[in-house]
Amino acid sequence: MSDIIRRDPRAEWIARNRLHPLHAAMQPALHSWMGPNGVIRKNPHGVGFIGPNGIKRIDRSGAQQGGAVKRSATAQVQLPLHQVPAPAFYISVVPDMVGGRLSSHDRDLLGLAHQLAGADGAVLAVVFGEHKESAFATAGVDRLLVLEGEEFSGYAPEQRVQGLRAVDNQFNPRHWLLPDSRSGGGELGRRFAAALGERPATRVWQVKDQECIGRAGAGLQDLARPLARLILAAAECAEPVSETRHEALPVELSTSVVRSLSRIEDLGAVAVDPAAIPMAEAEFIFSGGNGVKDWALFHQTAAALGATEGASRVAVDDGFMARDRQVGASGTWVTARVYVAVGISGAIQHLQGIGACDKVVAINLDPGCDMIKRADLSVIGESAAILQALIAAVEAYRNDGRRDAA
Amino acid sequence: MSTNVISLVSIGAHPTSGRPRRADQDARAVELGLQLAGDNLQVLHAGDVAEPALRAYLGMGLEQLHVLEQPPGADALPALTAYLRDAGAQVVLTGSQAETGEGSGMLPFLLAEGLGWPLVIGLAQVESINDGSALVLQALPRGQRRRLKVKLPFLATVDNAAPKPRQSAYGPARRGELAADDVEVVEDELLAVATLQPAKPRPKRLKVIKAKSGADRMKAATAKASGGGGQVLKGVTAQAGAEAILKLLIEEGVVR
Repeated sequence: MSDIIRRDPRAEWIARNRLHPLHAAMQPALHSWMGPNGVIRKNPHGVGFIGPNGIKRIDRSGAQQGGAVKRSATAQVQLPLHQVPAPAFYISVVPDMVGGRLSSHDRDLLGLAHQLAGADGAVLAVVFGEHKESAFATAGVDRLLVLEGEEFSGYAPEQRVQGLRAVDNQFNPRHWLLPDSRSGGGELGRRFAAALGERPATRVWQVKDQECIGRAGAGLQDLARPLARLILAAAECAEPVSETRHEALPVELSTSVVRSLSRIEDLGAVAVDPAAIPMAEAEFIFSGGNGVKDWALFHQTAAALGATEGASRVAVDDGFMARDRQVGASGTWVTARVYVAVGISGAIQHLQGIGACDKVVAINLDPGCDMIKRADLSVIGESAAILQALIAAVEAYRNDGRRDAA
Repeated sequence: MSTNVISLVSIGAHPTSGRPRRADQDARAVELGLQLAGDNLQVLHAGDVAEPALRAYLGMGLEQLHVLEQPPGADALPALTAYLRDAGAQVVLTGSQAETGEGSGMLPFLLAEGLGWPLVIGLAQVESINDGSALVLQALPRGQRRRLKVKLPFLATVDNAAPKPRQSAYGPARRGELAADDVEVVEDELLAVATLQPAKPRPKRLKVIKAKSGADRMKAATAKASGGGGQVLKGVTAQAGAEAILKLLIEEGVVR
């Protein structure tokens, strides 16, 4: 519901009708009463009511009746709670958790898990390391197992397989579901399948009647087979859970995970030239628009942040940025996780292009523009000053890190 | 110093016509192998020696291609495991997924499990090989790279981040030799229970609106940019604004 304040004719009618059971509740707040010293006290703020335009109206004709109750528009729906007190079996899901949150692929997978679990089974989500997700309950997680420890941090696929084997021994899930994605799930699932000796069903896009269908070969054929125990499912394999709330009860492993001797050592991420990453798949885009006056400073900030540069249509038309850097309907539809818009007011064509972005940061002079409505964090101010402060802050942060490491 | 590298190749299928061709990722594995080992590269295929598409790999400048001869529908895994165990290779390169058949991408994982070797996924570049270990760059989604140190011998899959394969030339493709080995044939039991069928196009997901009231449906149909919820910093100094932005960027892990 919108926040527009409206007259409620029914409430006014109840307030006029002394015989209505809700009559007392609809009376306007008392605004004059006898004080302790026998003096009449008045509350001048209690007089009148808030009109349809949000302006206080005082009607002295005596016709005013209805309560001055502002009807708030809280439509927070509490979904019904789905409980599995004693699960007959488990369906285990290992979400990717890109950036520490459930991706849409993970949510689809949880939907598929619920399809397989029915009413008796419980969906067990196995999450490695720290996470930032707070919506496990609405995503459909009945039991949550967080495997923490520095051995699981970074790139440690062999150790994670050991963790999954321990989960397999303890819970013996009926099915294992992993996302068949490039961001970890596909690899982990296949490693786990090889370790278990199970033959997984890969790139599965439909599970129906104890049969699963997955893409085969280069995508020209489908492979239909009986439901496998280990399923690597493609994106949009099922509808995500949307009508129930779940417990997300934390569970723990009773045994400690075997430490595997790592034969692959993670030496960390390598700096990649951000300009060489295609815009459509860049993770972090720093985009400039009409509000940017100092383009040299803009490029300098993008370099300092290590971000891929983008631009709005105006900036491209004015010749400040190349055409292939344009974000939006007639440019590139980007999928960045973090999108920083500097001086972009947010035309609808531009907002369409950043529809898939996770976090949007806006730097703008106009507090009423559409980009600010879309953004998760907006800073109102002159872009040049903020960019300069940002460069200084990044440099200070990096120097601090270096001093801590030394 | 020469490295003993084996590239595993398969028969691909053209994405539109479905005709046999050199598989793209396998060709990248051969290209990477040629860059690593030069003329010492061994290329191995399990399947039919008479397949003309195999000659496209020879056309990349190989003198010889080993074929473990198998009928279609046979399991390539036991033959390859037995061959690689005795081949003395330090690096084995494969594509990440076959273009025909099941294409589950499990072969390198099962080979690594059978041989007990480490496996690197999405190899983009081998930086150096010395002292029984290799420094390699792994391709991550969104164009990122990660440096790994892996013990030799190891298996690696390549995907589209690996160097582009060189063209296949006709003359070398004719001159190259296909050396066939007879191996024990093991049938793949999956094909007994599973059926291959032409791929069904997947329907685009519909946006289902589960509104209970007419007002909710109207709102869902006319919704503009999702308003509110965001934090707006107004009237703060540039420094405070920049700090807030940087805090979010660090939390998201994009500024390192």
